Amino acid sequence: MQFQRIFALAKKELKKTIREPAVLFMIFLFPIVFVFAFGASFGGVGGSQTVTYQIGVVNLDHACSVNASQTLLTSMFNSEILNVHLYTDNKTAQNDLSQGKVQAVMIIPTNFSEGLASYQAAPNNPSAWTNATLSIFLDKGSIVATQAIPPILQQTLTSLTDKGQAANQSPLKMETASLVEVKTVSALDFIVPGMFTFASIFLIMMVAQSFTQDRENGMMKRIRITPVTPTEFMASQVVAYMSIAIIQAVLVFAMTYALGFRPNVGLPAYAFAFVLVMIFSLSNVGFGLITATISKSASAATGLSFLFVLPQLFLGTFVGASLSSGAQVAGKFVPSYYVTDALTSVFLRGATLASPTILIDLALVSVSCVAILVVGIVLYAKYYKI
Amino acid sequence: MTEQAITIQDLTKKFEDKTALEDLNLQVAKGELFGLLGPNGAGKTTTINILCGLVKPTSGIAKVYGYDVQRETMKVKELIGVCTQETAIYPYLTGFENLELFGNLNSMDKNLLKERSKMLLTKMGLEGDAKRVTGKYSGGMKRRLSLALALIHDPQVVFLDEPTVAMDPQSRHAVWDFVRDQKTHGKTIILTTHYMEEAEELCDRVGIIDHGKLIALGPPRELIAKNQVRNLEDLFIKLTGRTIREEA
Repeated sequence: MQFQRIFALAKKELKKTIREPAVLFMIFLFPIVFVFAFGASFGGVGGSQTVTYQIGVVNLDHACSVNASQTLLTSMFNSEILNVHLYTDNKTAQNDLSQGKVQAVMIIPTNFSEGLASYQAAPNNPSAWTNATLSIFLDKGSIVATQAIPPILQQTLTSLTDKGQAANQSPLKMETASLVEVKTVSALDFIVPGMFTFASIFLIMMVAQSFTQDRENGMMKRIRITPVTPTEFMASQVVAYMSIAIIQAVLVFAMTYALGFRPNVGLPAYAFAFVLVMIFSLSNVGFGLITATISKSASAATGLSFLFVLPQLFLGTFVGASLSSGAQVAGKFVPSYYVTDALTSVFLRGATLASPTILIDLALVSVSCVAILVVGIVLYAKYYKI
Repeated sequence: MTEQAITIQDLTKKFEDKTALEDLNLQVAKGELFGLLGPNGAGKTTTINILCGLVKPTSGIAKVYGYDVQRETMKVKELIGVCTQETAIYPYLTGFENLELFGNLNSMDKNLLKERSKMLLTKMGLEGDAKRVTGKYSGGMKRRLSLALALIHDPQVVFLDEPTVAMDPQSRHAVWDFVRDQKTHGKTIILTTHYMEEAEELCDRVGIIDHGKLIALGPPRELIAKNQVRNLEDLFIKLTGRTIREEA
């Protein structure tokens, strides 16, 4: 394998990206414009489907004459929209929260029953109350969790005292803590992980167009006459498109940073994000090759590439967050879902790079993307010589 | 070491129910300028494609410099340069960048590549346009650059598949001069054309091919004299009953 040939072909592919206006727009400008448009205007959760929220509970309460925590838990268990998971310690609960296994963790304090008992003894004498505060930790990677869960839990808490009792007229209070140290979490923060994934998806179209164009204008034949081996040729394509994916990720990051995205993570998290996007680009090269195999012309390739672009786009990026639960299940069959999930865990949930959810996502992305690339190469080589 | 640049033995190529080549036998000596003539669809390009390793023959043997094109394809590719019938160049690269790319694909030394690129661009009359993207070149300029791409790595055997199609007379004569120049440097040149005057002007020997079969072989003047015709065009009519520009 000669690197001189690989780099020459990869350099040619990069020059094409920069010099062909249509390609330049699709690969670089379109994602930037899209990020800007969404970043500036995205808001609201959307969707009206019935959902169930996964709530982790750590019960530290010491029951006295009343068992307030048990009453609260019974109320939560009876709720159709809450699925309660009990934890014996805060550390395990926080770990599951950081990996997206639960959407919120509620800590019931030791004096919770005492607080309710003091209220029941003197409902109209706040000076005699013992204040108890529930701590709520929310999944910062979920716009649904941060917006919907606090009011639901507040309502449940309020039901322990008189109906309609205002929160400030009760010793039982709720405090939302931030798992990730950000001052505010905007809608932009929720869609940024998906945007990293989103930009790279359009490589499918570019790869498909590039291969069909080179076939149509005789360039593929001309390259096959040179001593370039199929391995060198495919390696050059992988190098070129991985480089493009990195440039896209840098541009998306720069744009989102300019719009105010400031995750409280260190350099390793960013390095992980770029590596993940690079690995993800392999699947896009693979899907591009599959598209080029079934396309007779470059124009057909443009249209057919949407067979792969749209599922990756709608099921695996930020767009999918507002889709039905069925569509979200379907999303688990596209690699982009796991890229977005891993980036959400790292940037927003505060998961460590060594946590099981990140490692599982990384493994799934790596295996599926390499498999798709191999399928693409085998199919293309079967019907068209490389 | 063989003295033959090209050896073809009993070469047959069938595409489903169509026979493109049938028991073709041919030898081309090193340093020879050989013309492969015939109408469209006669089998000229199929022969070239087999010799380049692009198409697998149904049966028979094809060798370049003694290397079997099927079993020693990489050795053959290092020896040959091909100017394809299509004007195959990258429109988003400049003339120089196209040459640089194909030089690198042939593992050329950086300095030698620069030197030969400059020489070829000058000989093809493209030195003033070397830094322009080729998408803005005229048709003739693209054809000339396509020819230069085939020669950038100084191959021992050059296949020129209809190199002057759609060229203006001036460009055509420039290419003829360049082809003659290559011959003086000892290169073996296989030229396919359906321009009979081009073959008469340039070739040491010609082979006329029709319906995949070789129907005449020899130096142009010898063939003309032997068959008592005025030129190769008349020879083709005499042998096939058709003009060479009619569909086969």
